[in-house]
Amino acid sequence: MPEYAPYADGPQPPVNTPRYFRTTQLAPAEAMIETPLTLSELTGPVFGVADDTDLTGNGNAIGQLMVIRGQVRDEDARPQPGVLVEIWQANAGGKYRHPVDGRDAPLDPHFVGSGRCLTDAEGRYRFLTIKPGAYPVPNSGNWWRPPHIHFSLHGRSFMSRLVTQLYFPGDPLNADDGIFNAVPDADARERLIARPCAAAGIDGHALGFTFDIVLRGRNQTPTDVA
Amino acid sequence: MNPAATASQTLGPFFNYALPLDGDLTGGGKAGGTPVTLTGQVTDVNARPVRDALVEIWQANAAGRYRHPLDTDGSRPLDPHFTGCGRTLTDADGRYRFTTVKPGAVPFKGNRWQAPHILLAVFGAGLMRRMTTRVYFPGETMNGTDPILALVPEARRQLLVGAVRGDTLVFDIRLRGTDETPFFGN
Repeated sequence: MPEYAPYADGPQPPVNTPRYFRTTQLAPAEAMIETPLTLSELTGPVFGVADDTDLTGNGNAIGQLMVIRGQVRDEDARPQPGVLVEIWQANAGGKYRHPVDGRDAPLDPHFVGSGRCLTDAEGRYRFLTIKPGAYPVPNSGNWWRPPHIHFSLHGRSFMSRLVTQLYFPGDPLNADDGIFNAVPDADARERLIARPCAAAGIDGHALGFTFDIVLRGRNQTPTDVA
Repeated sequence: MNPAATASQTLGPFFNYALPLDGDLTGGGKAGGTPVTLTGQVTDVNARPVRDALVEIWQANAAGRYRHPLDTDGSRPLDPHFTGCGRTLTDADGRYRFTTVKPGAVPFKGNRWQAPHILLAVFGAGLMRRMTTRVYFPGETMNGTDPILALVPEARRQLLVGAVRGDTLVFDIRLRGTDETPFFGN
């Protein structure tokens, strides 16, 4: 049976993150209840086919074309095959294809804005997309979110579920972002930043970045788990 | 050296065109067992509805079997029509809705059993991590011996038990404030 280290404030953002204003209305005030893990948490959804990895309409989207690829592993560094990876992001102008995004910025008819796939036998995924633009958070005193890509992953169990965001190296907006900096540990923040990798790109066509992801879970075998 | 788990970040408000939703776990009513509509409202500290929250559930089938390689006990048979997982979005009134069946009891260690329950997780803008809880069924004698419910302070235990109205199980999720839903730290 797999084993899961506790969710740790430090490498993980705390429940309450005052700089992200809505947490004060939404994040629970009571202490989290600690329980042993049971068969319910150690199992989880298993997904079939998902193969939708070009967000650019065959390269026609406006913006800096780039490949994002990476490997999904667990905390024992074992590759995780069959993980459902879903991504979504703003277009090059910082606009989402979403009715709630009411900002006056143009949509790009060629930019789908979302993709999904399953990791292969080595836990690898790959998407072709464009670099997203920054955008302002409404009613925030002109706080702009740095360019980022949202990631949702379903690992092998209910415990290895992750929603996170990828950031870009060297972006000056990273330093002031209330969401990125909600992660207290500098090393853990650094791991949310993609790495430039020429070999990951397409020669003469697309930049390359790598973004490796580690899901919770170790391959330890406690003796008395249902 | 072992790698550290990647940090969680908020889901944000703009996800729902990217994440296909399916609130029906029963394959269009073909799954065996007692049909249940699980529904409720997600609210904030001021009891205002939280719209566009992502709600996910995971549960065993009517026989108490999980569709997963770790659950190998053939005495609780799989149901080809039952996936066990669903996800949906809260509407403008903060309400979510799943079509499912009542799960069977599920084993715990030491030959003990867990009462029928559904794992439920909430993601959303303003939440830096997912919030996980459990939905139990009212009037279950097994609730009294459920090893996880027993770890919830007694005064709050009832907050994890839904309310039955016909074939509907109502489970409101109060993220913060009065009668705050108990959430689990794992």
